[in-house]
Amino acid sequence: MDGFAKYLVRRFFQFFLVIFLGVSLAFLITNLSPVDPVEQSVSLMTSFGATDPRSVELMRSALEELYGLQGTMLDQYLSFWGRVLRGDFGPSLSAFPTPVMSLIMGALPWTIGLLTLALIITWSLGNLLGALAGYYRSNVLLKLSGAAVMALHPVPAYIIGLVLLLAFGFIWPVLPISGGAQMNLQPGFTFEYIRSLILHGTLPALTLVLVGIGSWFISMRSLVSNIVTDDHVVYAELGGVNSSKIFSQYVARNALLPQLTGLALSLGNVFGGAVITEFLFNYPGVGRLLIQGIYRGDYSLVLGVTTMSIISVAVAVFIIDLLYPLIDPRVRLG
Amino acid sequence: MFKILRDLLRYNIEFTIGFILTLAIFLFALAHFWAPMPDTAIYLLPPDMPPSAEYWFGTTSRGQDVLWQMSSAIWNTMLFGLSVTILSRLFAVAVGMISGYLGGKWDEFLMTINDTMIALPNIPILLLVYFVMRDQMSWPVLALTAALLGWNYDARLIRSVTLSLRNREFTRHAVFAGMSVPQILVRQHLPYVMPVIFFTAMNNLIWAIGLEVTLSVLGFSDINRPTIGGMIYWANQHQAIIAGIWWWIAFPIIAVVLLFLGLFLLAISVNEYIDPRSRLSRMGA
Repeated sequence: MDGFAKYLVRRFFQFFLVIFLGVSLAFLITNLSPVDPVEQSVSLMTSFGATDPRSVELMRSALEELYGLQGTMLDQYLSFWGRVLRGDFGPSLSAFPTPVMSLIMGALPWTIGLLTLALIITWSLGNLLGALAGYYRSNVLLKLSGAAVMALHPVPAYIIGLVLLLAFGFIWPVLPISGGAQMNLQPGFTFEYIRSLILHGTLPALTLVLVGIGSWFISMRSLVSNIVTDDHVVYAELGGVNSSKIFSQYVARNALLPQLTGLALSLGNVFGGAVITEFLFNYPGVGRLLIQGIYRGDYSLVLGVTTMSIISVAVAVFIIDLLYPLIDPRVRLG
Repeated sequence: MFKILRDLLRYNIEFTIGFILTLAIFLFALAHFWAPMPDTAIYLLPPDMPPSAEYWFGTTSRGQDVLWQMSSAIWNTMLFGLSVTILSRLFAVAVGMISGYLGGKWDEFLMTINDTMIALPNIPILLLVYFVMRDQMSWPVLALTAALLGWNYDARLIRSVTLSLRNREFTRHAVFAGMSVPQILVRQHLPYVMPVIFFTAMNNLIWAIGLEVTLSVLGFSDINRPTIGGMIYWANQHQAIIAGIWWWIAFPIIAVVLLFLGLFLLAISVNEYIDPRSRLSRMGA
């Protein structure tokens, strides 16, 4: 078997393992917890007034069936897998009777759009600045921008988002701070709608960029400053290759490989930041859906969003892994 | 130890700033033991008082002193962060060292699990845990959950250090001298792994505190126990921004940013101290 096929098989195995363990984990957390979701939903619904005990009993068995909580633990586990594979998490309790899956499918494009855009900007800008800062170590401007992005990087997404929201929503109100697009506009490829989309996405995307850029900057700078002292770079410098070519072809290209692996590894974390950012800016993605589900006690929605986000992150990681051999010839040749 | 500290304070400006910031915030948090009122009591003081000589940072809409709330809040937040860090270091060291030293099938098995854990998104899983635990969610449970999710990057790093120690001469000597595997790991290898543990601990602490702030800002922790995120949660609940009670939100944000800045400066300067290459470049080599 050649190197490429071996690589593919390994990645494929890892991909399935992530999904298998992630879905099993979601099942275990919900089943081993001391809190019974059925009782919770029942008490949520009966808290608005007295209900006939018989109808409570009916509701309880209906909910048990809905949540797949009948039979032994193994039966429940298998039926959970069945529901995951069919993409059927039952109806949402807070938006009854809309199926959870159609809520998720409505929200997913927003999250994917926001995250992809923010990730591309963060990754390329962070790596470019980091590489330049590692190569031209004495440049004052690069040092200053490096200090700025590094100081922002440990601050949680919520805090950065909140400061941006206060700054551009209250102190200097120039950007919309809530929603994904203007409410009264018809979605479509019109100038108005796209402009509104971009304006509404600016602050959430900026939050994600500011949170993420520092770690790329730091790791790229240290990678580049190590490569600069490598023999092949010293040789090229002695041989009179011009410095912009050394920078792009000899240094940055080599340093990008571990950064691509880093991108795949960081996706889970980035997704977490997006959940918080979406909620803060009331952005109509899966993150807001998840947090709203928790506030409303919507068991099937929370379980559905968690499971789907584990699967989506795994798919995204797998796609990046597939891109890797295109850039690194060593994987192709084995 | 003190000599290292003195040298770092003298020659490394990042360390000095980070050290002073963190120390100041720690002392401020320590002061909550002498607070004039219990930190969970509400409506003790006149609400919504702006910062004044009597209430330095003002009071909240719930009749609490922002200054003393912050003092307790930072203490609780740091306590959470440290618990997560210590717990997750135990996991990371155990998995990393065993995987690196044993190698072969064990290494492959442990690292496959490890890589799988890395690919799982933490926040949705933590939120799911909170959702099913609800009122039974206390901060030690949250800390344990966070620790279980926060060890895997560092386990990989520790593994790579142990991997390089495995083939060194002294390891072979120890094996021939009849030391058992746990003895070799603890007595021979641990001292070499210690700097990595220390550096990852700083990063993990920052991560854990960020996680705590995030979760409690959303109200997903014990909301009656003061924490930095919890203060912002209550301020949002009372619409503090719209009502113009800016001090309720501004001071916690400033505190948390200063805390992160201090810890982060400590982390990078400690990393620089551990990695001799960056020390050389500082000297201009």
